[in-house]
Amino acid sequence: MSNGNGIAIDVKGLTKSFGGREVVHDLSMQVKRGSIYGFLGPNGSGKTTTIRILCGLLTPDSGEGTCLGYDIRRDAEKIKRQVGYMTQRFSLYQDLSVRENLEFVARLYGLADARGAARDMITRLGLSGREEQLAGELSGGWKQRLALGACTLPNPQLLLLDEPTAGVDPKARRDFWNEIHALAADGLTVLVSTHYMDEAERCHEIAYIAYGHLLAHGTVEEVIAKSALTTYTVTGEDLNGLAAALTGKPGVDMVAPFGTSLHVSGRDVAALEDSIAPWRAKGGLHWQKSQPSLEDVFIELMGRSKDNFQ
Amino acid sequence: MSVVDRPAPGREIRERFGFLRRSYAMLIKEFIQLRRDRVSFAMIVMLPVMQLMLFGYAINTTPHHLPSAVLLQEDSDLTRSILKALENTAYFRFLYEVHDVDDFDNLLKSGKVLFGVEIPRGFERAVRRGDRPALLVAADATDPVAASAALGSLGMVVQTALKHDLFIGDPPEMPFEIRAHARYNPAAASSLNIVPGLVGTILTMTMLIFTALSVTREVERGTMESLLSMPIKPVEVMFGKIVPYVLVGFVQAFLIIGIGVGLFGVPVLGNLILLALLSTLFITTNLSIGYTISTVVQNQLQAMQMSMMFFLPSILLSGFMFPFAGMPTWAQYLGECLPLTHYLRIVRAIMLKGATMENLRFDALALGVLMLLAMTIAVTRFRRTLD
Repeated sequence: MSNGNGIAIDVKGLTKSFGGREVVHDLSMQVKRGSIYGFLGPNGSGKTTTIRILCGLLTPDSGEGTCLGYDIRRDAEKIKRQVGYMTQRFSLYQDLSVRENLEFVARLYGLADARGAARDMITRLGLSGREEQLAGELSGGWKQRLALGACTLPNPQLLLLDEPTAGVDPKARRDFWNEIHALAADGLTVLVSTHYMDEAERCHEIAYIAYGHLLAHGTVEEVIAKSALTTYTVTGEDLNGLAAALTGKPGVDMVAPFGTSLHVSGRDVAALEDSIAPWRAKGGLHWQKSQPSLEDVFIELMGRSKDNFQ
Repeated sequence: MSVVDRPAPGREIRERFGFLRRSYAMLIKEFIQLRRDRVSFAMIVMLPVMQLMLFGYAINTTPHHLPSAVLLQEDSDLTRSILKALENTAYFRFLYEVHDVDDFDNLLKSGKVLFGVEIPRGFERAVRRGDRPALLVAADATDPVAASAALGSLGMVVQTALKHDLFIGDPPEMPFEIRAHARYNPAAASSLNIVPGLVGTILTMTMLIFTALSVTREVERGTMESLLSMPIKPVEVMFGKIVPYVLVGFVQAFLIIGIGVGLFGVPVLGNLILLALLSTLFITTNLSIGYTISTVVQNQLQAMQMSMMFFLPSILLSGFMFPFAGMPTWAQYLGECLPLTHYLRIVRAIMLKGATMENLRFDALALGVLMLLAMTIAVTRFRRTLD
């Protein structure tokens, strides 16, 4: 049993296909208890499918593993009691009020004092005074808070959050993440999928998944280090022209504009430096060798995996 | 690349016939969507075919071979030939021969027969003496349509049939009197037939749609995903969704019966509690069937169409619109699979005939079986996962 040794999720070789298309391929991962694990990857990469397998909403075609020490195939019902799953799309009842939604969840999990639990959660969420408002009428940020509240209401040990902050303003996002850190500090394990790099950097560990394949995992620093990517940041005039000229040159794996600068990256340092040499000799441009950002690493991974798996 | 002066050939926007172009774009889109929605597509074909088959083959407004019983208090050659003559009219089919008045009444009350012919003791002797005794024909007039044609033809056909027998001379004169008695609805008021029928029909329609939409609505609104991730079992979901509507159905039934009694003077001869109990059973059966539909279809439109597919035969084959006894055997078997058929018998029997549970055992049992069947299918069909 992996229950005792501080591992919340331990799965090996998960594979899932829909209509002959493999969405998750031979995916293995381990998540430590009490950690915040970020799940990153492009749209359609299999993040949602993996999360659904973990909480028993989908059965994997092959592979095995445990979630909170329970077998993901046999003990789906037990897992459901201990896991809070926040869906990508708002999935509370829009035509029920805040209080009614929370009481519904509390009763469903069999909490002894459903009304009291709902009342406490409303206070904790800062929704006092709005408890009779219909959930469908809340703003995007409040909907996310309410959904998170509903997930955490039955005191789960594991939270699975599927792009919880999509379409939410920066302030609400920050509050949301503070809440997640507070929950993790209480011992809760959180697996969260996201597209935002700043959110990825707030995770204890991250995993990058593309086209169903887990391509990289570890802490942010480890993932950046393992990428072996060399990046030059260029500032100056006509960066568009430079980008067009450099794209596809040997050793240049990625050219990406970042505001007024351009990131030029490659795995093969020698080839990269050869390719950019003529441009560095020219005036008007400022070249600076820098550490790649997490986004550089991911975009490079995405581009590479596209070649490999598509 | 950044500045586009002139669009490539075929990329320029044409202003002429804009109305037609945009309508055409919409039309193409609608056709594609229609083609993708397999169930709707099937309904386009199925609904008219089903209607034609039912109206064309199953429905017969002048029914023949009506189930009948004879109360035989005397067995003689004459009575035998009268019964034969009645059967030869093709209106009657004698299923039961009883010798006891109570048995005779119960057969009519339970709806097992629509007609009863009573041959009194000493009938033959009275005929030979020229006393013109009475041959009592009792008809279940809760469905006036079914009874009237057979009743109307009674005198004539028996007379002609008996012509060949020695008992009738020439000029033919009836040696006995046929006394027809339209039981339960002597005035043949159609409201007495329709009001109890409407209870069943309205309940079928509303109950079916309430639950048929219930699961698909959760799927369409996205709430199903979080519901499935929580520790609730399919049976629990089903009961939670059905029970509130049992109450709704009960209120509805109460309303219709109340109006029927208050405004149309429909009697309630039987036990109200029995009526309430069996109505609850019927309501629950329909809710279960609606819920089953809900677990099979993919969206709310399909759920509505599927409900229609169930509702239509319910109206046509149950005996609500057309006499059940007049339908061919296959259609009757089909009708027996519909809850409305059984409930119509129950509600008419309790309200108009004062029937008791004893009389209605079969129909109550049938409703119970249909309910359990629907619930079993629903629970096994309900998907616990999103696979």
